[in-house]
Amino acid sequence: MLTALALLVGLLAALGAAAVPLARAANGGRLLHGATALAGFLLAAGGVVGLLGGPATLDLPFGPPWGPMRLALDALSSWFLLPVGLSVGCAGLFALGGAYGPVPARDLLPWPIFVAGMVLTLLAADGFTLLLGFEAMSLASWALVARDGAGAENQRAARIYLGFAGLGGLCLMLGFGLLAGGAGDVAFAALRDDPPEGARAAAVLALLLAGAGSKAGLAPLHVWLPLAHPAAPTHVSAAMSGAMTKVALYVIARFIFDLMGPAQPFWMGTPLIALGAATAVIGALRAALEEDSKVLLACSTIENVGLIAVGLGLALAFRGADLPALAALAGGAALLHALNHAVFKTLLFLVAGEVLHGALSRRLDRLGGLIHRMPVTAWAALIGAAAAASLPPLSGFASEWLLLQALLTAWRVGDIAFQMGVAAATTLAALAAALAAAAMVRFWGLVFLGRPRTPRAAGAEESTGAARIALLVPAGLTLLLGLFPGPVLDLAEPALRLVSGTAAPRAGWFAIGAGDGGARYWPVPVALLVAAAVGLAVWLVRRRAPAGVQRGPAWDCGFIAAPPHFPFGDPAGQPSAAGFAQPLRRMLGQGLLAAHETVTMPGPGETRAAVLRSGFADPALETLEGPLPRWREAAAARAERLRALSIRQCLGLTFGAVVLMLALLAWIGAR
Amino acid sequence: MRFGQLSYDLSHLLGGAVLLLSFVLLYQRRIGAVINAFATQGTLLAMAAAWAAYAQGTPGLYLTALLALAVKGVLIPLALHRLVRELNLHRTVETALGVGPSMIAGVALVGLCILVTLPATEGARLLSRETLALAMSVVLLGMLMMITRRNAISQVVGLLSLENGLILAAVGVAGMPLVVELSTAALVLMIALVAGVFAFQIRERFDTLDTGSLEEHRGEQR
Repeated sequence: MLTALALLVGLLAALGAAAVPLARAANGGRLLHGATALAGFLLAAGGVVGLLGGPATLDLPFGPPWGPMRLALDALSSWFLLPVGLSVGCAGLFALGGAYGPVPARDLLPWPIFVAGMVLTLLAADGFTLLLGFEAMSLASWALVARDGAGAENQRAARIYLGFAGLGGLCLMLGFGLLAGGAGDVAFAALRDDPPEGARAAAVLALLLAGAGSKAGLAPLHVWLPLAHPAAPTHVSAAMSGAMTKVALYVIARFIFDLMGPAQPFWMGTPLIALGAATAVIGALRAALEEDSKVLLACSTIENVGLIAVGLGLALAFRGADLPALAALAGGAALLHALNHAVFKTLLFLVAGEVLHGALSRRLDRLGGLIHRMPVTAWAALIGAAAAASLPPLSGFASEWLLLQALLTAWRVGDIAFQMGVAAATTLAALAAALAAAAMVRFWGLVFLGRPRTPRAAGAEESTGAARIALLVPAGLTLLLGLFPGPVLDLAEPALRLVSGTAAPRAGWFAIGAGDGGARYWPVPVALLVAAAVGLAVWLVRRRAPAGVQRGPAWDCGFIAAPPHFPFGDPAGQPSAAGFAQPLRRMLGQGLLAAHETVTMPGPGETRAAVLRSGFADPALETLEGPLPRWREAAAARAERLRALSIRQCLGLTFGAVVLMLALLAWIGAR
Repeated sequence: MRFGQLSYDLSHLLGGAVLLLSFVLLYQRRIGAVINAFATQGTLLAMAAAWAAYAQGTPGLYLTALLALAVKGVLIPLALHRLVRELNLHRTVETALGVGPSMIAGVALVGLCILVTLPATEGARLLSRETLALAMSVVLLGMLMMITRRNAISQVVGLLSLENGLILAAVGVAGMPLVVELSTAALVLMIALVAGVFAFQIRERFDTLDTGSLEEHRGEQR
């Protein structure tokens, strides 16, 4: 199996190389996207086979000068092949549906290489190979983000992304160096033999959180994510949010559960829990405030990454406190949520792309009423949004429920500070889930309900063919994963064994639960109950309604009738995205996101209108940068002055440098 | 070859004389005097090269000496004098460092060169070590002159005297192939040619040879 997957990586890289001639062919783009989609589903299948079979290792016949490149497929990497494969498969299918005629090579070339980099990271069994894959993933996705060089916003996004990717790669490199210690052997087998302890372990964890955490979007290094993810083409955005963040989380999991040894103390999990909870709240709050559909979804990704990080941190803490069953519970929540999030977030990004394609806008204020023009997209989006809002019986609920169960049992770690911290994290996680629900209601309602806010939205068209299948596949998977989380957790059992250190309990077909005697969740009966309640409500409404349906004009909330040049009603007569977000912005935004509101009133007798300005800005980037930009400006201004020097001053500079060097030489010689 | 031997003493004497002329160049104010000092330095360089040829027994160096004498001692000074006459610069007095400051700066540079060169070349033959120190001092003094002078012709002379230092170094080290010296000499000629043309152009355009006047005409003025 591993050999086949390694060959698949090679084929994907070759596909990237073949993109240049393919770009000239009329059907080249479709061929490439179709092949990548196929590769994605094959990867997911490979993950399932890897979970059912045993671990395997493979030494490639080439590699860096000091040894071969080592690949391995164990339960953890197999499991993470599932989200990556499904996300890439659906995204590739969507791209296949949207590709017509020749596509420029710069749009095609990085895409298979991006996928190959992600898979190589998952399959790596030594530090060099992992970093190679990680950097290939970073650079290829950067190339796709920077592809649209026209917009200043995109350029800025690409620049910031490159900076963060470079920082992340550097931190991971240092982390591997610290982990390897003096021996310098970065093969995973050698790293496992010499697990770090004490301060060295803490330093490795800090570097890991900066390196892989920045790629996953953990606060405060999440700032690049809402900029870069939306800037890429839709299928790349979907894969970046669905798959790439999972690869980064895989790297975190690989480090903390495998490479750093089984004997870490429980407090090693606390940074992950704290950062994860903070990330979840920030991400969910921003998702509830953003006015661009793709930015909103990227912020929701941050929230989910935070929740998964909380799960991973809890699993680490439970394992350190010698509570393997609870570690399996928390690890199961994290792994299941990684898969669920990959599927529904891919779906939602593809929906945003479909809406962008149909209604030509990503801004919520330019959409509306699309359920009439794009029904399939709307219902698929409803499934994805409900899963993201963690409503039963969809997939998001199952995993977030498990996570909350794990958080609620965390008092069994007998350290009062830890117990208090986890209690706070529990409330934060619950707050994040609620905020995410609000964000999803706002997203779906503003895009698909109400009346069109622009003529273009009123005339939106829905795609058919591969793009529609690309929406239906993840929507169906979201339903399936929501209804049958038990078998999926059973499939993950080998990975959970790796995470918790002992055999994880089997969940069974129809229920998942927090161990023996704990709470249980039966998705299928819950689904039946919900369906019965909804059915009853519909039946009652139908029964009490008068016969025959009459459609009248929509009530315009008491505004005066729209003037004739607004055939679809006055757009201002509907709630806007900013207006919808106002309560949350006032409640939570002022402290966390520096939200502001100013009202400019006209003076007495003036005829101009009063103006209300409101907005928010994530202070993380400025805080992170600190005075660096000012120092850079000052240094640049100083360097600029050198250009204005006269000939003699230039010569004098050279002369001074020579004399200085000679003096240095004399000084060194004298010592 | 040791201290007290004739060949050693004489080559040091000639090298020291070249260095001395560099000091002289440093504080001269009149263009004519600068050119004359440069001609003397070229002649002394030629003598140093000839003596090195005799002492080391390498007849190739006689050619170097001949070239140095012809080009640096005669041709370039004559050309520069002609330039000065045509541009009517006889009476120009230009700023240069005064005797005191130039002496102090020069002595400091020479001291620095000796401090650097002598420990760095401990294994080498005695002669080449000290000649190297002298040559390096000449190079640095030439550079210093280029910085302190404003007049284009004085700057050219500074550059040429810097070249003299290089030739002195090449001559002092036994076994340096002739090709290097020939190519250096050719380079110097080319530089002199370009500098002459350049000086004429500056004069024609701006009516002065002060290179400071070029500053106003640079692009990207901020």
